[in-house]
Amino acid sequence: MSTAISHAEEVHTHAHDHEHEHHEPNFIQKYIFSEDHKTIAKQYLIMGILWAFVGGSLSIMFRLQLGFPDMQLEWLRPILGSWIDESGKIDKEFYLALVTMHGTIMVFFVLTAGLSGTFSNFLIPLQIGARDMASGFINMLSFWFFFLSSAIMFSSLFIETGPASGGWVIYPPLSALPQAMPGSGLGMTLWLTSMAFFIVSSLMGGINYICTIINLRTRGMTFTKMPLTIWSFFFTAILGLLSFPVLLSAALLLIFDRSFGTSFYLSEIYIQGQALPNVGGSAILYQHLFWFLGHPEVYIVLLPALGMTSEIIATNARKPIFGYRAMIGSLMGITVLAFIVWAHHMFVTGMNPFLGSVFMFLTLIIAVPSAVKAFNYITTLWKGNLIFTPAMLFSIGLVSLFISGGVTGIILGNSALDINLHDTYFVVAHFHLVMGSASFFGLMAGVYHWFPKMFGRMMNSTLGYIHFWATFVGVYAVFFPMHYTGIAGFPRRYYSFTALGNDGQNAFTDLNQFITVAAILTFSSQAIFFFNFVYSIFKGKKATENPWNSNTLEWTTPVNPGHGNWPGEIPAVYRWPYDYSKPGAESDFIPQHIPFSATPESNLPEENEEIAKEKAIESLLAAQNESYNR
Amino acid sequence: MNYLIGLLSIVFFILAISVIVKSMKINKNLSEAEDPNSAADSSNNINAYGMLAFWFFGTVAGVWSFNASAPDFLPEAASAHGVTTDKMFWISMSVVTLAFFITNTLLLFFAYRYRYSKNRKATFYPVNHKLELIWTVIPAVVMAILVFSGWRTWRDITSQAPSDAVVIEITGHQFGWYVRYAGNDDNQLGNYNYKLIDETNNIGIDFTDKNSFDDFTATELHLPKGKPVLLKIHAQDVLHSVYLPFHRVKMDAVPGMPTKFWFTPTISTDEMRAKLGKKDFNFKLNCTEVCGRGHFGMAITVFVDEPADYKKWCAEQKPFLATNPAYLAKVPENLKAKAAKYIPAEPISVDSTATEAVSVN
Repeated sequence: MSTAISHAEEVHTHAHDHEHEHHEPNFIQKYIFSEDHKTIAKQYLIMGILWAFVGGSLSIMFRLQLGFPDMQLEWLRPILGSWIDESGKIDKEFYLALVTMHGTIMVFFVLTAGLSGTFSNFLIPLQIGARDMASGFINMLSFWFFFLSSAIMFSSLFIETGPASGGWVIYPPLSALPQAMPGSGLGMTLWLTSMAFFIVSSLMGGINYICTIINLRTRGMTFTKMPLTIWSFFFTAILGLLSFPVLLSAALLLIFDRSFGTSFYLSEIYIQGQALPNVGGSAILYQHLFWFLGHPEVYIVLLPALGMTSEIIATNARKPIFGYRAMIGSLMGITVLAFIVWAHHMFVTGMNPFLGSVFMFLTLIIAVPSAVKAFNYITTLWKGNLIFTPAMLFSIGLVSLFISGGVTGIILGNSALDINLHDTYFVVAHFHLVMGSASFFGLMAGVYHWFPKMFGRMMNSTLGYIHFWATFVGVYAVFFPMHYTGIAGFPRRYYSFTALGNDGQNAFTDLNQFITVAAILTFSSQAIFFFNFVYSIFKGKKATENPWNSNTLEWTTPVNPGHGNWPGEIPAVYRWPYDYSKPGAESDFIPQHIPFSATPESNLPEENEEIAKEKAIESLLAAQNESYNR
Repeated sequence: MNYLIGLLSIVFFILAISVIVKSMKINKNLSEAEDPNSAADSSNNINAYGMLAFWFFGTVAGVWSFNASAPDFLPEAASAHGVTTDKMFWISMSVVTLAFFITNTLLLFFAYRYRYSKNRKATFYPVNHKLELIWTVIPAVVMAILVFSGWRTWRDITSQAPSDAVVIEITGHQFGWYVRYAGNDDNQLGNYNYKLIDETNNIGIDFTDKNSFDDFTATELHLPKGKPVLLKIHAQDVLHSVYLPFHRVKMDAVPGMPTKFWFTPTISTDEMRAKLGKKDFNFKLNCTEVCGRGHFGMAITVFVDEPADYKKWCAEQKPFLATNPAYLAKVPENLKAKAAKYIPAEPISVDSTATEAVSVN
């Protein structure tokens, strides 16, 4: 501890001689069209939080229909207007619109933009020791394309024919034919336009993340000294960069089919008393293209959460992450395998069964690196000295949800078992736990952990604990029982279960009520977070530079890091980020910028050899400064 | 009602935690000074006990809710392959439930056991290759076994249908299913073409194909018990998915791309009624691919008959051509004589709506 401080002071003393050239930005440059990665990160975060409340409230509306099918929803008429039908219930088409928009918003706008956009932007420069992103301008464009995309998607909620309604996967022909359902009209056009901008935004972000990580690491920050957060953001960006363009092409072909009479996805269709001229297209082609993004998307959402959790668990267990290299290896394995498992979403689409066998094998391989990650998290807790900050609680929650949702993937990845479970609530339970809730917990963990660096103040931890317990109990209460309805064969995206016959609709009446009430409570308890978040930005306790006693570089910046992040020189990096509770060391953490020569008492034999390299690392300072002045 | 009780207990659980946390906060000033070098506060132990409590109540709730829900699970599979996949499901489910339980127990127990204490230092334990190797290999082996048995079953299910399989055509449309049988004479479905669809010929049967002449349509699905059945699946407008929950059958219906699924029903409707003690039980065919407004209601009833009863039912059905003799005009000249055999001697009224397919909603 004392060495850390003295070294930090040392850095400060010879600071200021190198003034990073900047002029005082005006309000618009500082808060709206900002090129500062920290501001852009906060913009993403605030958008993500707002979207999460929109997406969540949509789910509450359809849960009301599922839990209380006889309930009078006349009181929603002021908001929903004619989407409440004459009998005072949710319109059947609007129900599908709710399901569709809930999925779209949560997957893309909350867990992709809100999670990756926020933390990749915020943490990459701070943790690798860079003054900003490789291109601040493209970074700014990335956010504003996202904003444009959000505005279009949000506006589609208010048009008369309703937003897109064919499920978040928008399979054609349903999404291609406006006569098939009203949501496939203007709503779908807006959906596609919005997603096109979204993809542009995410590509701009991704290119920036990759360039920054490769080129702008501070001196000494080799790849094997990078925190796991950065590794996960790196692989996430690669996943997005390679898969989002495929979604764009899928969307473009769909736009052509919708507007220009092409037949990429359409063939032999007779609808509303009319035989369409389209022949030769393939509806399955769309599904292949969609899931080529759609499956990596699961990991785009999940990997940042896993990376941040690694960091938070190590910090708060006061223990190095177990198996650092295995963690990188499993991230890499997941990244590669993520591209070759997509067709497990399509076992019963009529795809060649042999292809199904191949994808079943590949899918179950991806369970191995995932299992390794779970075991490594658990071993990191073993013999730790655990500090339950709200971030730590959410991280432990993430590991639990990741396991609980992950194990059923082994069932669903088995094509023979998927026949009966496909498109039932078993699938809904699976992906809401492993991808939805786990990633959401990662997002929350990240907010609680890095809030002090973002806003210079602390969030109230007591409210954080209450928020965690309510949410942790809540998501299990909501999603765990859905396995049961899935095993009972209840299909998803059903307005009601009357057509199952044999009193099927009465089988789980009380269970569905329970899920709905639990969902409402869980959703309401997010208000605790919202209050805490907003209140703490303005009135929270003042934070210190390094409130969690963490090792990574962002904690060496001032409480409110300014433009350029470090007022003086960027610190050099000498060691990996996980030197917690090192035997022999005085303090229970040794930050990355402390050279081995300063800690002879705790160095391992091979680390003493590293001392010789320190001179070489320091000598890179001039080159590093010059690269910023070019 | 039981679930509401469960819910209330969760609410009280949350309330209890929040009350304890609050009271701890009030007592903060009374308790001994916190360790200034640590972010751990006085709630640390409460959160640690919370992990144990979560484990305990979670386990109780999990076991109880499973048992309470089990009576509503799908009963024994009514098809040959379904029995195999059900068995595999429950075996896989026990394997993953075990893994789920052990890992979650370790996670929550470690969280409790290794809660912060200022008298203790965490163990610096960055890596153990042997351990990592073990827990890479074990899941890999378990996965390999599961995947191999799954693959064999999948291969058998998706194999070529036996040549003597009863061929039935299912066509999905917004919002219902058309059923067409291959007829009593040739067990061969005639061609169809979506451009031939009209108000009466709503499947688009092609009467230039002689196999079409004896084909008959139905508003419900009849299957012979113990005989392989090959479903040939089409869709007219958007994606649909044939789902026979009790037979563990699911296959998408895709416009422009015929799909198929073959299986052998093993339990007749009567036997299932007796088994379940429900006199009005019926098998169903539902839709599981979102297809629009009426998606959830898109169902027809399925009857599994004893082979003799099935034969009798088939014999009672009249070919489409017999009920709609007007379509004789579409038959090419050289096949007219063959087709005419199916036309009843006395003319029947042209406005017959006997074949109007079922349309829910």
